[in-house]
Amino acid sequence: MSAHDEHTGVSRRRVLECMTWAGTGVLWTISGGVPRSLGLVESALAAEPAGLTFLQISDSHIGFDKAANPNAKGTLEEAIGKIKAMPRKPAFMIHTGDITHLSKAAEFDDAERIISQAGLDVHYVPGEHDFIDEEVKFYRERYGRGTKGAGWYAFDAGGVHFIGLVNVVDLKAGGLGNLGAEQLEWLEDDLKGRSKSMPIVVFAHIPLWTVYPTWGWGTEDGARALDYLKGFGSVTVLNGHIHQVMQKVEGNVTFHTARSTAFPQPAPGTAPSPGPMKVADDRLRSLLGIASIDFKAGNERLAIIDTPLQG
Amino acid sequence: MTYATLRSLGLRLAVATVMTSQMAAARCEESSIMIDNFTFEPAQLVVKIGTTVTWKNRDDIPHTVVSAGKFRSKTLDTDDSYSFTFTAAGDYTYFCSLHPHMKGTIKVE
Repeated sequence: MSAHDEHTGVSRRRVLECMTWAGTGVLWTISGGVPRSLGLVESALAAEPAGLTFLQISDSHIGFDKAANPNAKGTLEEAIGKIKAMPRKPAFMIHTGDITHLSKAAEFDDAERIISQAGLDVHYVPGEHDFIDEEVKFYRERYGRGTKGAGWYAFDAGGVHFIGLVNVVDLKAGGLGNLGAEQLEWLEDDLKGRSKSMPIVVFAHIPLWTVYPTWGWGTEDGARALDYLKGFGSVTVLNGHIHQVMQKVEGNVTFHTARSTAFPQPAPGTAPSPGPMKVADDRLRSLLGIASIDFKAGNERLAIIDTPLQG
Repeated sequence: MTYATLRSLGLRLAVATVMTSQMAAARCEESSIMIDNFTFEPAQLVVKIGTTVTWKNRDDIPHTVVSAGKFRSKTLDTDDSYSFTFTAAGDYTYFCSLHPHMKGTIKVE
C-alpha cells in the first residue's frame, strides 16, 4: 500500500481492505475529503503529504492488568514512543475512549502522564470505561471543559470539521450504543448551513455503524446521525471499542475502527463473547496499535494508516 | 404512662419479630448468578420472597447489574460481587449498563 496506488486504478474499497491487514496505528490523511490509505507510516511519510495529518489512539484501558496484557501502561508507552519518533509531527491526536479501565483517578493520571509525552494536543471522547467512577466526574473534570451534554463538541482544523460524539451514556437494556435525542439535535444544528464540500470527521467510542449487534457493537440511533451527514461530499467516521481494525465504505461515508493499545478482542462471532483475548506473547504487539490520518486539500483523498506496535 | 410503656414494648416486640423472620429468610434462601463471557448465568431465575441473590463477575471486564428503579450495583471488577434481597413478589428484569445486550430476569414468588 502506498501513495502510488492513487494512479494504478486500485479501488478505494480494495485499498481499504488491504489496509485492514496493514497494521497498528491509523495514520489518517484527509485529502479533499475522502479517506484512503497511503500505506504504512514510512511510505506515507515518503509521499510527503502537504495537508493535515492527525493521529488516532484508542482503548488504552490504563489499569487493565489481566492475562491478555498485564502491562497496558507499557504498551501505551510504546505507542506514544512510535508517535514521538515520527519524522513529521502530526497536527494533533484524537483518543476514541476507554482511556482507563475502571475510571480511577490514578488511572486517568497515568494515562495523561504517558499520552502527554507525545507533545500533541489531544481531543478525547469517552468510552464506557471512563464513566464508571461513583460520581462520574473524573472524565468530565479532565476533558469535559467546553463540551456539551455528556461531552460532545466540534472544532475545525485544516479545513476539516471534526465532531466528537458520546455514545456510551444512558444505554438501554437490550440495546446498543446510544447518542440520545439531545445530542442528535445538537448535531443536526451543528451541520445546518455548513458547506457540503467541507470534509467531516466524526469520532466516537462505539462504532456508529452496526458491526455486530449480538455483542453490542453498534449504535442504536447511529443511523439518525448518519442521516444528517447525507449530502456531504466526504464523511469519515472513526471509532474504537472493538479493539481491531474494521472498515466499510458506504457512498460518501468511510467507517473505520482503530486498534487498542491495551489488548485485542476476538473478531465478531469467533468466540463465545467479546472481551480481552489472550494471544501468544510474541503476537500481542501485532494486534495493538495506532492510526494516522492524512488530509491533503485539493485531491479529494483522505488516507488512514493503521500501524501495529510490531509486525 | 402504663399504656405508653406497653405500646412501646409492643412495638419493640413487633420490630424484633420482623427482624428475626428476615434474618431467618436470609439465612435460608440464597441464590447466586455468575457473570461469565458477558452472560448472566442463569439468565432466568425463580426465587422465593426474602431470597438474597448474589451476582459475581468472573470476566476480565467490569460489569454492572441494573434493574431500572429497583436496584443498581456499583461497577463490579473481576471477582467483585453484588447482593440484593428480594422482599416483594414480581418479575425483575435487569441488565449490564455497560454492555446492555447482557440481560437477565428474576421471578420472585
